[in-house]
Amino acid sequence: MNIDHTHFRQALQRTPFHDRYAAMSTTEHWATWNTYKVPYVVDKLSTEYFSVRSGCSVMDLTPMEKYRIEGKDAFAYLDRLLTRDLSKLRPGRVTYVAWCNDDGKVIDDGTLFQLDENTYRLCSQHHQLDWLLMSAAGFDVQVAVETHDIAALAVQGPTSYSVLTAAGIHGLDDLKPFGIKDLQCNGFPVTVSRTGYTGDLGYELWTDPDNALALWDAIFAVRGQYDIHPIGLDTLEMVRIEAGFIMPGFDFNCAEATVRNGYDRSPYEVGLGWVVHLDKGHFTGRNALVAEKARHAKRRLTKLVVDGNKPVGEAFIYAGKNGKQVGEVKCTTWSPILKANLAIADIELRNGKLPQSLWARFDYQRELKWNTAWAECHAQTKPFYSPEHKSATPPNPF
Amino acid sequence: MTQKNYDAIVIGAGHNGLTNAAFLAKAGLDVLVLEKNDYTGGATVSRELYDGWKYSNCSYVCSLFRPEIYNALDLGRHGLKVVPLTASMTFKQDGDYFGSYSNPNIRRRELMRHSQRDADAAVRFDADIMRWCRLIRGFLLRTPPDPGSFKPRDAFEFAYLLKKFYELSETQIYEFIRFFTMSIAEYLENYFENETILAHYSGGSIIGTGLGVYSPGTAYVLLHHAMGDVDGNVGAWGFARGGMGAVSGSLASALLSYGGEIRNESEVAQILVSGNKATGVRLTSGEEITAKTIVSNLDAKRTFTTVMDEKDVPPYVLERARNFKIRGSSGKLNIALDGMPTFPALPKDSPLTLGHMHFTDTLTRLERAYDDWKDDRWSADPYCDFLIPSQYDPTLAPPGKHMATVFVQYCPVEPDGGWSDVKRDQFGQVVIDQIADYSPDFKDLLLHAEIRTPRELEDEVGLTQGNIFQGELTFDQLMFNRPFPGYAQYRGPVKGMYMCGSSTHPGGGVMGAPGANAAREILRDLGKPDTTPEEFSDD
Repeated sequence: MNIDHTHFRQALQRTPFHDRYAAMSTTEHWATWNTYKVPYVVDKLSTEYFSVRSGCSVMDLTPMEKYRIEGKDAFAYLDRLLTRDLSKLRPGRVTYVAWCNDDGKVIDDGTLFQLDENTYRLCSQHHQLDWLLMSAAGFDVQVAVETHDIAALAVQGPTSYSVLTAAGIHGLDDLKPFGIKDLQCNGFPVTVSRTGYTGDLGYELWTDPDNALALWDAIFAVRGQYDIHPIGLDTLEMVRIEAGFIMPGFDFNCAEATVRNGYDRSPYEVGLGWVVHLDKGHFTGRNALVAEKARHAKRRLTKLVVDGNKPVGEAFIYAGKNGKQVGEVKCTTWSPILKANLAIADIELRNGKLPQSLWARFDYQRELKWNTAWAECHAQTKPFYSPEHKSATPPNPF
Repeated sequence: MTQKNYDAIVIGAGHNGLTNAAFLAKAGLDVLVLEKNDYTGGATVSRELYDGWKYSNCSYVCSLFRPEIYNALDLGRHGLKVVPLTASMTFKQDGDYFGSYSNPNIRRRELMRHSQRDADAAVRFDADIMRWCRLIRGFLLRTPPDPGSFKPRDAFEFAYLLKKFYELSETQIYEFIRFFTMSIAEYLENYFENETILAHYSGGSIIGTGLGVYSPGTAYVLLHHAMGDVDGNVGAWGFARGGMGAVSGSLASALLSYGGEIRNESEVAQILVSGNKATGVRLTSGEEITAKTIVSNLDAKRTFTTVMDEKDVPPYVLERARNFKIRGSSGKLNIALDGMPTFPALPKDSPLTLGHMHFTDTLTRLERAYDDWKDDRWSADPYCDFLIPSQYDPTLAPPGKHMATVFVQYCPVEPDGGWSDVKRDQFGQVVIDQIADYSPDFKDLLLHAEIRTPRELEDEVGLTQGNIFQGELTFDQLMFNRPFPGYAQYRGPVKGMYMCGSSTHPGGGVMGAPGANAAREILRDLGKPDTTPEEFSDD
């Protein structure tokens, strides 16, 4: 990536899609994501939210960190780096992964794309080149940042399949969840993966930054036929909580960035035990995780449905109303589709188990007056919202 | 006229002496501060040595000064304003530069411009440095425990120290011990690969020390420069509006408001002792002033080998004082400029001139600069910390004109054949030439330069060998070993005599903490209410 000396004149970089976003933004409500300027809300939050759940949403993913990993030892390297058993991963497939430091604490999570035999793309929320290169010693593998060299767009929602097909991207019928295909869009190549962070039917599109605006325009050209909305981080936060997805650095601290001892988390503690395969052979952090598995887990990120409709915000969790404080809410949203308060909370376990009764105590404001409320919480193990149409292949046409 | 009796006399009106005196006066003591110079502030001063320009001619930036002291003495109402600096940078020899910007997005992109890997490693570096800062900061406003003592208070303080230490994980404890004993170059190489980035972040570790970037113990000095903050922005430095004299000025104003007194041009010749008790001081004028509490703001070496009669000092203390590591290694230039110098390497409107500017872009150059000092020469290619504070502060220079301050590492205590004014000017010329290499119009704009070598710092300010920290900040001279084992709790070897300068814990930098900590011990001994603040806790 070539960075100009004058980069200081603009604190936030523009993604290849920025001009289109800027043209459509009525709110001018911008956020920072990995040094890029991205929207919180483009126009209207409720419309954008329902475009994910009932129509088609478009979100710029370019700022997401993307690393290209290739070489003879690419598989062996990733097998050592990641906690998950990768033996079933094949070219053209994607899998969800996490990686730990030597102490078995989560550094980050992400998606691993196998592009061909010895080439992979690892996408993550946080900056990982330092750890990826440190871990590469002794492996015949090259690791390179390609974050800024690929324009990425998430197209998600029940009509996303139909929208992309109408936009001229053909060949999605047999693309299964977690599949990847190299396709064409009006004469330029687009790689499409059936992946996302919304818990709905959806795709992620990857192309050269030079094609970014053409890709955007192709999609929005069918806007008359379909309801399509660009969305921002506020919508993403709502739908990812509904889908039960955690966000490293927000719901728990990433190990390498954690200052206070004990403030980092193991995969078991954040509910990622299902991507840890202790029997796959050695990997970084395994020894610590074997030891941890043998003990009762001390805490776990837990999905909660909170009674009532008052905004939960920042809250402590108690074992019983007026009981002992056992945890705290990390993220929360009102779910318009479930008409329920949802939360993900870090809760201390006793003998490896959640307390029987969980209550949230939180403050909320009405006409500038602060009140305190108690609300009972109900722990969930499954995603809050997981529609069947999400995984239908071929997807339902509209 | 009968001689007035004071409760306490503080020798030296440096920022720590003034801080100490202010807390004593706030507790109701009748306090007199005696200063040898005709101005107050010690090494924390703003001086008009060229008509219309004000120089912070010793200390020049402010970060470590404890906000708790600022708050407790109400220094804001006594006129103190610390404006944060927004950048630091290193010019490269190839025409490029590395900038450390305060905006995190710009900082990250600039790191990426030099090394993608280093940009990512900065996350780990920042977390690790923050961890050590948090640990150390908890001790700044506490009296170090005597680990050999069984007194309840020592046991309690030592238990507190151990508790803080054991809040770290096992690995972090090992890392912390390594951190205390490593060189800055080796420490940074655990994180960064880019030569300029390594040189840039190393610089802070050699400032004021008689050590090089590869000398064990320099990693800790980085912390000493990173643990300060301006309004919670850890590691940020600031300019005191009006120069560093604003810090001592506000302290003096607070002291006077509590009824304290300051007498300039009153150099103490000797601390008077009778029956192992301090009884007062004798000035060089011969005048004697009595007080039961005598506090020395002078460095430990000067205190015990000069202003105390050697007979009054136990042999152990005298021996330690004579061998106290207090090597001068720094020089300083204060410059009046006819306008703002230009730096062709920087794009137009670059904010990097607003912060620290450096011209040493490799670890090798930094080490060579140190090699010269070891041979009693000033560095032929010195490490300079160059700032132009008048860009922020209109009180320092006439409109359109500027004031520059250059801290220079290294400068010998005594070059071969001793210092002369000619040699001093030659030293200054090396620095000016280095700056002019990156700023072609710099020499044309130069109206006046005050050049200070360790000789001037010692003669004018009274710092032994011109050591800016009143003693090296090495592990053997920190915490309960500062200034020497058994004397880290601010009490001297005779009853009623105390130390409050940077020779005591937590050491140098314009922190005020030694002065406040010493006041706490004095008030305790006198059975007076404690007026000193507790540290602001982060957790």
